[in-house]
Amino acid sequence: MVELGLVSDERRRRRNRKAAKPVVTLDEHIVEVISDSGEGAQRCGQSFGSIAARMGNGIWTVEIIPAEIQPPARSIAGASGNRIRVASGPVTNGGDEADLVVALNEQVLLARLRADELKSGCIILLESEWQGARDPAIADSYFQVRDELVADGFQVYDIPMEEECLHYVADARRGKNMFVLGMLCSIYSLDMRLAREQIAVAFASKGDSVVQTNLQLLDAGHDWAEDNLDFKFEIPATRSPEPQIVVNGNTALGLGVLASGMEVCAMYPITPATSASHYLSDVFEAVGGVVHQAEDEIAACAFAIGASYAGKCAVTITSGPGYSLKQEAIGLAVMGEIPLVVVDVQRGGPSTGQPTKAEQGDLLAACFGGHGDAPKVIMGAATIEDCFYSMITARKIAETFHTVVVVLTDANLATAQQPFPRPQFTEDWLAPPVDQSTIGMGAKPYDWDARTGLARRFVPGQPFGMHCLTGLAHDRGSRVAYDPQINQEGLRHRSLKLAALQKTLKTPPLFGDPEGDVLVVGWGSTQGAIEEAVGRVRKDGHKVGSLHLKFLQPLASGIKEAMAKFDKVMTVENSWCDSLEDELIDEDSRRYANLEWLLRARYLVDVDCWSEVKGRPIKPGAVAQAILEKLNGER
Amino acid sequence: MTDPIPQCVFRAEDERYTLADYQGEEPRWCTGCGDNAILAAVQRLCRDEQLPPERTVFVSGIGCSSRFPHYMNGYGFHGIHGRSLPVAEGIKMARPDLHVFVSTGDGDCCSIGTAHWIHAIRYNMDMTVMLHDNRVYGLTKMQVSPTSPQGLQTKTTPRGAYLEPLNPLTVTLGVANASFVAQAVDWIPELMHDIIESAFHHKGFSFIRVLQRCPEFLPDMFEPWVQDPAKTLLLVHEDGLQPSPSLSKTYKNQEAHDPADLTRAREIASVEDPIPVGILYRNDDMPRYEEIRPTDRSYTPDTIKGALEAELDKFTIAPANGGEDEDTAKP
Repeated sequence: MVELGLVSDERRRRRNRKAAKPVVTLDEHIVEVISDSGEGAQRCGQSFGSIAARMGNGIWTVEIIPAEIQPPARSIAGASGNRIRVASGPVTNGGDEADLVVALNEQVLLARLRADELKSGCIILLESEWQGARDPAIADSYFQVRDELVADGFQVYDIPMEEECLHYVADARRGKNMFVLGMLCSIYSLDMRLAREQIAVAFASKGDSVVQTNLQLLDAGHDWAEDNLDFKFEIPATRSPEPQIVVNGNTALGLGVLASGMEVCAMYPITPATSASHYLSDVFEAVGGVVHQAEDEIAACAFAIGASYAGKCAVTITSGPGYSLKQEAIGLAVMGEIPLVVVDVQRGGPSTGQPTKAEQGDLLAACFGGHGDAPKVIMGAATIEDCFYSMITARKIAETFHTVVVVLTDANLATAQQPFPRPQFTEDWLAPPVDQSTIGMGAKPYDWDARTGLARRFVPGQPFGMHCLTGLAHDRGSRVAYDPQINQEGLRHRSLKLAALQKTLKTPPLFGDPEGDVLVVGWGSTQGAIEEAVGRVRKDGHKVGSLHLKFLQPLASGIKEAMAKFDKVMTVENSWCDSLEDELIDEDSRRYANLEWLLRARYLVDVDCWSEVKGRPIKPGAVAQAILEKLNGER
Repeated sequence: MTDPIPQCVFRAEDERYTLADYQGEEPRWCTGCGDNAILAAVQRLCRDEQLPPERTVFVSGIGCSSRFPHYMNGYGFHGIHGRSLPVAEGIKMARPDLHVFVSTGDGDCCSIGTAHWIHAIRYNMDMTVMLHDNRVYGLTKMQVSPTSPQGLQTKTTPRGAYLEPLNPLTVTLGVANASFVAQAVDWIPELMHDIIESAFHHKGFSFIRVLQRCPEFLPDMFEPWVQDPAKTLLLVHEDGLQPSPSLSKTYKNQEAHDPADLTRAREIASVEDPIPVGILYRNDDMPRYEEIRPTDRSYTPDTIKGALEAELDKFTIAPANGGEDEDTAKP
């Protein structure tokens, strides 16, 4: 075990003699740590978030990921890092612009500036080693960016991180991140004991000397900030009385698969879904589960269908392009009434689009993308916690209704971290086992109930259940149908199952005002931003509510009634929608956003939309602005 | 979840399965179609092996050949074009106790499903795979197939097929982890049965290319070989086929080929005339995916809870009143 805390006790005693700085108490701050790829800004940011979470702060972290593995150093395209929103109370989204940014060079800082991610006048802690760069172009670039930022009112601090770190390591590129973590711990008055534990855990596998070096760097950063910075904050924290877990959405998906009792996950690598399977690969086999990396997306889906058909409900995890490839196989599962869970961790599209970026443009493809009428269940996870529980719910629905359940998450949820109450396992989470009772001679494999469309499923191994499952139209005996009435009957019963599920769904709860001027409807990862925006607008006295849909197909009852209580209805979505400001766009030509299409089609209600496809989570400030414009009749 | 365990069905000694127990729907293949011969051979195998029909699964894709599962009495899975192999792999992975057979055609396996074929060889899961190769698309009414001979006139190649055909045997023998490769012809049913029987007994991915006649679209394709036994090369060996004396009288063109000899197997496979019939290659020592990745641990609520709690511990922030020293949050 590593001795924690010895490194800097002597120095800390010395510092205690100095006059303490005033500590400013904050409700929340948004912090970004940005570097070239490979400099560890992501680990620094995640560690900072974890320490704050363990102190009891609400957090939401957002990964800033370049598209390439090794983008060029000091480039705008290469900006890599983490955004951490830290607050006194719970946090449900990544928030608006950053309040404080640590940047390891001015180019990656420019990337964030140009993406409008920095609050005007915010604090910038900038690595100053470039001032003395041998290449005069680099030094010029540094001063130019820095001076412009200062002129624009940003509070820029030149920090000799490289120089300070070289006291402890030969290569400061590896280690600067822990110096930065130390600075942030000082700036936000975080508990250094927790910070040391965090480092000890994070580097445990690399041995004591690595841990010790990183602890030295942590302390050095902390001490430097204490001695040299003229500001210090505190974001009061209250630790929850209940145990919490901190994971990102993809890990939550993996934990959910484990908790659901599913035993087979078949997948093919695709960003940003793959890390869910990485996590499962690590832990699944120990309990008898299998993660099968198939030769392609179609094979992954077909493998999962085979396992499900044989009695072990399976999941396949993918992202948009992979989902498109699986569509034919998904139709087969619907046709054959085979339980199957499909996860689509959405990314920017179409085509290869923006693989590492957030978007929620796959909703209609999930609902209607296959050929023919293929009724399936579509759920949208709205939070990290939802990612966990949706796997349990999806499996139960898949096994109860013998159909495909698609769970949509996105790149925002995949990599974001947020604490939520530790799940307490109950056996109710597990789907009922396959019916093992004797099958009567002559029983039919699709003996559809006239009211619900449900039929008992026969699984290989069961005597008298033999039949040939087929993707062709088939009768109750699974025989290929040549009679036109039989096809009509099959489609009707498969469709009825969705109605049967629909009758069990609860009306989603309304957030904010139950009636008033504007109702915002959303789905998926935008819930936190929408509700925060609604809260802000309501504080200004407006009567606004929001509705967040977790079941997109079928839609629960009561939604039309909820919409009827507001003058105007708008969706807020992270997917494309035409703007009426474009010359050729009018009510005849306008293409709506995904959810907007669904609501207009189902409820015959005039639904407007505000949407953005900038490859990043929607900000509450932008949503609040859109609501205000709707209220004022400006849109 | 526990495995679906079939009820014990006690059968007295005299209650043996008969051929009728394996017959499903009335076959609707054309008269004289080679698929009928394959069906008869498989039904005979099931009867000889006394396989409980409920423990057999016949998987197929799309095409004439892929109607096969409808005509067996067992569990059948008639899925989508080209994807029979990954479906069969999922079934075998979930339920190693089931006997898995795959029927696939030259379009299904060697065209739309080629990626799955190559990787299925590599996975080497225990299943019997019959490539019904009639060298043409039948169900869609005569388009060129990857195994069609060069020059063959079809509806999509009215001036003759442009390319040399793909040879399924040399392809299979070229893939790492290949463990059983054989060739049969529909017009020698006795050997087809023996080959399918050997394939069934081989533990691993048993690949049989069956050359079969399509009386509708290519009635004369194999006539020279059917008429002249000298154009068939029988592969015989004590570890391979041992044709009956009467058959040997007709098929005198024979080669003693040890199925362990991969190099010779590849040479034999590359010759199309005479047609080699028999077991080209067999290796019982190749690793099988379902053995390397066993799923036979009991999956009970207790094991799930245990695993989940251990994982949640890794990510838990202890409550305010909890023992702080037990904090183990990780980034």
